[in-house]
Amino acid sequence: MALSRSRTALALVLAATIAFPFLAEAAGGGYYVGLMTRVMIYALAATSLNLVLGYGGMISFGHAAFFGAGAYAVAILAQEGVTSVWVAWPMAIAAGAALALVIGAISLRTRGLYFIMITLAFAQMLYYFFVSLKAYGGEDGINLVVRSRLPGLDLRDETTFYLLVLALLAGCLYLLGRLAASRFGAVLRGIRENEARMTALGYPTYRYRLACFTIAGGAAGLAGALIVNQHGFVSPGLLDWTQSGTLLIMLILGGVGWLYGGVAGAAAMLLLEEVLSLWTGYWKLGLGLVLLFVVLRAPGGVGSWFARGNARG
Amino acid sequence: MPVADLLLEVRRLFKRFGGVVATDRLDLAVREGGMHALIGPNGAGKTTLIAQICGEVAPDSGQILFAGRDITKLPGHARVALGLGRSFQITRIFRGLTVRDNIALAVQARSGSSMRFWRPVSAERALTHESDAVLAGLGMDASAGVAAGSLPHADQRRLEVALALACRPRLLLLDEPLAGMGAEDAQAMIGLIAQLKQRTTILMVEHDMDAVFRLADVISVLVGGAVIASGAPQAIRDDSEVKRAYLGEEEAA
Repeated sequence: MALSRSRTALALVLAATIAFPFLAEAAGGGYYVGLMTRVMIYALAATSLNLVLGYGGMISFGHAAFFGAGAYAVAILAQEGVTSVWVAWPMAIAAGAALALVIGAISLRTRGLYFIMITLAFAQMLYYFFVSLKAYGGEDGINLVVRSRLPGLDLRDETTFYLLVLALLAGCLYLLGRLAASRFGAVLRGIRENEARMTALGYPTYRYRLACFTIAGGAAGLAGALIVNQHGFVSPGLLDWTQSGTLLIMLILGGVGWLYGGVAGAAAMLLLEEVLSLWTGYWKLGLGLVLLFVVLRAPGGVGSWFARGNARG
Repeated sequence: MPVADLLLEVRRLFKRFGGVVATDRLDLAVREGGMHALIGPNGAGKTTLIAQICGEVAPDSGQILFAGRDITKLPGHARVALGLGRSFQITRIFRGLTVRDNIALAVQARSGSSMRFWRPVSAERALTHESDAVLAGLGMDASAGVAAGSLPHADQRRLEVALALACRPRLLLLDEPLAGMGAEDAQAMIGLIAQLKQRTTILMVEHDMDAVFRLADVISVLVGGAVIASGAPQAIRDDSEVKRAYLGEEEAA
């Protein structure tokens, strides 16, 4: 059956991703462990945008704000001496979710182009807030004084960190899959299809969209906590609108509304960047051509080639 | 008239859009049971009135009471929860979902909170069963697995009404249910509405006079944002003011 075949494919991909760092280290390619970790973190960020855009039907152009807020939460806490994963990472999630709750509560009163603009405006406000936050580096950003600590695991070890990121990504994808199939997911689907009808059926649609936006903000905050640990550094650049754009491009590349769209997109984009930048400094030109191709020839994203639409919805 | 059997009451409702008065101190009383039809020429303010009753447009002044409760300030979704179901003039169905899933969303809306994130909705047998029962009741069970967007137009109109019905409304608002239908399909829809009015109170806006006079127990005539006459079909047919303001143009035609 198609279902069991996709399960087999999933198990194979998972097994390969678990084995990857050990093989890479053995082959002396430790650099690639870090690269793949970065891919997975961006995959998580793009997946959280997928919840908003693909499942919730809201075109948010300010998703970097939640990503960046999570990163800053961890970096600031570390500077103040709080380095435990159990404290710092939930705080990053809370920062992303709380910010999304506030921004969403205001932005979701608007529609279409206005929604895009207002989410962008809020994200830029946060960007300038961190630029002017001199106590924490201002424009230059701040170093993460020490990687978050998790008793029993040494997160400074690249392979350990990689596996933890993988576990979190897999966990979030599982949760997103559950959510999409749940009552809540059914309501989101209905709102995406026809919001006026959902209201006429008695659904307070604003509340559901806000809940969706907030959950996604929390997930982006977690991705932020991971990226600051990966880079050992965070600057306002992480909140810049181009970052929101990058996440959008990843998602379009991978497949909006497909469970693995964020993963496929992040992998495609970052690996493409890696390969193309070996040849030329103008790698973005190549990326542009690929994006053009995907939008024109496979509007469902890379995923639509092997998911054939049946995994959608 | 005893107030007890008034299901919907509109009192001195007023709405102005810029210089245009769309609803002009309008009074309307819909009694429980049977069908109340709302007719009037284009631009009489029917659409604006429906929008205010459903909570899409806020009136400038006046009151709307439903089952004795003031709902003037209530948001649209809360009015639905009280029992105000509606169908739209322009079909609003979930085109990408199957007919069954369309109805299941309506059933889900009135069966507890949907802030549930874990359990698959497909595992909730009660939703599926009830949706199938609704469809069977309307003779639409054969197309339960079909994507709503690929239904023929007449069936999409039926689904439009079915969605409102699946909310189990105390008052069913039908906004031009015959819009865009051919003669044959219109007859089938009229038959369906005739059945529905045995079960629930209906307030219907419709241009098809033939259908209105066949179905309605009470007719209210809306002209210039106000109700100029309200009564039994025969009384409305004989009302000289109505003839002059509205029906005259049709009879002359």
